[in-house]
Amino acid sequence: MNDFLQLCFAGMALGARYALVALGFVVIHRATGVINFAQGSIVALGAYFAFNAHQTWGLPFLLAAIIAVAGCAVVGIIVERLLLRKMSGQPVFSVIMITIGLLFVIDQIITMIWGQDAQNLGDPWGIDTVEAGEIVLAVVDLWAIGLAFLVVGAFFLFFRYSSTGLAMRAVAIDEEAAMARGISVRRVVATAWAIAGSVAAVAGITLASGPAALRPSVGLIALAAFPAMILGGLDSPLGAVLGGFIIGITQTLTAGYQPAHASWLGQDFQSVTPYAVMILILLIRPHGLFGTKEVERL
Amino acid sequence: MSDQKPILEFRDINTHYGAVHILKEVNLAIYPGEMVCLLGGNASGKSTTLKTLLGMVTPTSGEVVLDGEVVNDKPTSYRVERGITMVPENRRLFKRLSVLENLQLGAYLRTDKDGVERDLERIYSMFPRVKERLSQKAGTLSGGEQQMVAMGRALMADPRVLLMDEPSMGLAPSLVRTNFELIQQIHEEGIAIFMVEQNANMALSLADRGWVLQTGRVVLDDTADALLANPELRKSYLGEA
Repeated sequence: MNDFLQLCFAGMALGARYALVALGFVVIHRATGVINFAQGSIVALGAYFAFNAHQTWGLPFLLAAIIAVAGCAVVGIIVERLLLRKMSGQPVFSVIMITIGLLFVIDQIITMIWGQDAQNLGDPWGIDTVEAGEIVLAVVDLWAIGLAFLVVGAFFLFFRYSSTGLAMRAVAIDEEAAMARGISVRRVVATAWAIAGSVAAVAGITLASGPAALRPSVGLIALAAFPAMILGGLDSPLGAVLGGFIIGITQTLTAGYQPAHASWLGQDFQSVTPYAVMILILLIRPHGLFGTKEVERL
Repeated sequence: MSDQKPILEFRDINTHYGAVHILKEVNLAIYPGEMVCLLGGNASGKSTTLKTLLGMVTPTSGEVVLDGEVVNDKPTSYRVERGITMVPENRRLFKRLSVLENLQLGAYLRTDKDGVERDLERIYSMFPRVKERLSQKAGTLSGGEQQMVAMGRALMADPRVLLMDEPSMGLAPSLVRTNFELIQQIHEEGIAIFMVEQNANMALSLADRGWVLQTGRVVLDDTADALLANPELRKSYLGEA
């Protein structure tokens, strides 16, 4: 039983990180209908920004994290302004291909600047743990879970109660009708990219801290967040978090039990489970757990 | 009308979609507090006229003038802020948002919180049925209720000119008359109405003046009474042989 709880906790911690990545996908998709495949590389960039500010410049970790969040927001705005704005009115497919290209370009830029080797982010959590009964909880995991809830809570309040949030929802539903109300669609889209960048930085920092090392491949881990987002429904922040937890928990449970009980499935089977779960849920609910039907037509 | 300055004007407006010439040398003027209508068949350029007035289409030549200022390069938000608002064709409510949120979006650019509250109350007294449905999703309302929300949303911008794109389109026949009465009521509050309509008879019976657009060109520009009496117009738009 304790093993099981321990694995579930680890799964939630992993899921919280997926959720943070998935929230970045969701906010851009909601505002623009585009799935930004470059999100993973912005996640990695955020972790490297924090690493650079903390380890190279010697700034305190919290300040370094804030710099990373602001830096990734700026990167988001630059990407939108330089590339995607020019593509407005073009087929969504072309726009998505651009974001895939960008994924590799940003990855290469990261390796150019910081190299391939594993780095230590130098976060204050390190390998500290606390014990709750028989289970051992890593401090960094508690932070990841807390941050995921904090961010989704902030999303909820922002979309529900702020006038910019309301404008973003209006643009997602009917761009032209929103424009006719005097809403600047450009500003809404830029805001979405900035928010997605900020969340990506938080995701990157939680993915590369604690016992994990910082490598350029951190962006690839973020790809597992993709099924989390699809699962939750492309346009639902709550769905993204739930999808993240489902994917994270099934993944750690698979890693914990499959080698002993179903070894015939082969090694590293847990890396496939996110996609297997995604396929299964989409077969039952084609729009994801919380998605709206209109999303499909984009 | 000559003692007042127009709020909104077209001076020799031409627009193109790609190589297609849509509006051709169009001149219009909307004065404070009047009700005018633009008539024309399909693809005559009616919707383009509205989009150009609101800044969603940029003319290739000519001037769009708002309060004496050329606003060709100004975005839609600039014009909405200065009192130009549209009730779009088929209403275009934000169906997945609540009725209240739809109304709030109408006041998106306003900073005078007290005024916004006052206008909300005004809309509730105008449309008591809307007040009962505030938390409901706009897409779940009946056609008539949606029309009220669409008008309420436009009024929340505190407009001086209300652009109405085919207000009777898609409404049940029984609602068409109620709808025109609503427009009349809004007009009586001093708001200028610029109405684009296929229902020429109804529109002209309410309006002070009107224009007839044919393949992007203004072919008639007269008082509503004169237009109603015009044999040419009766033949082509009022269905008389």
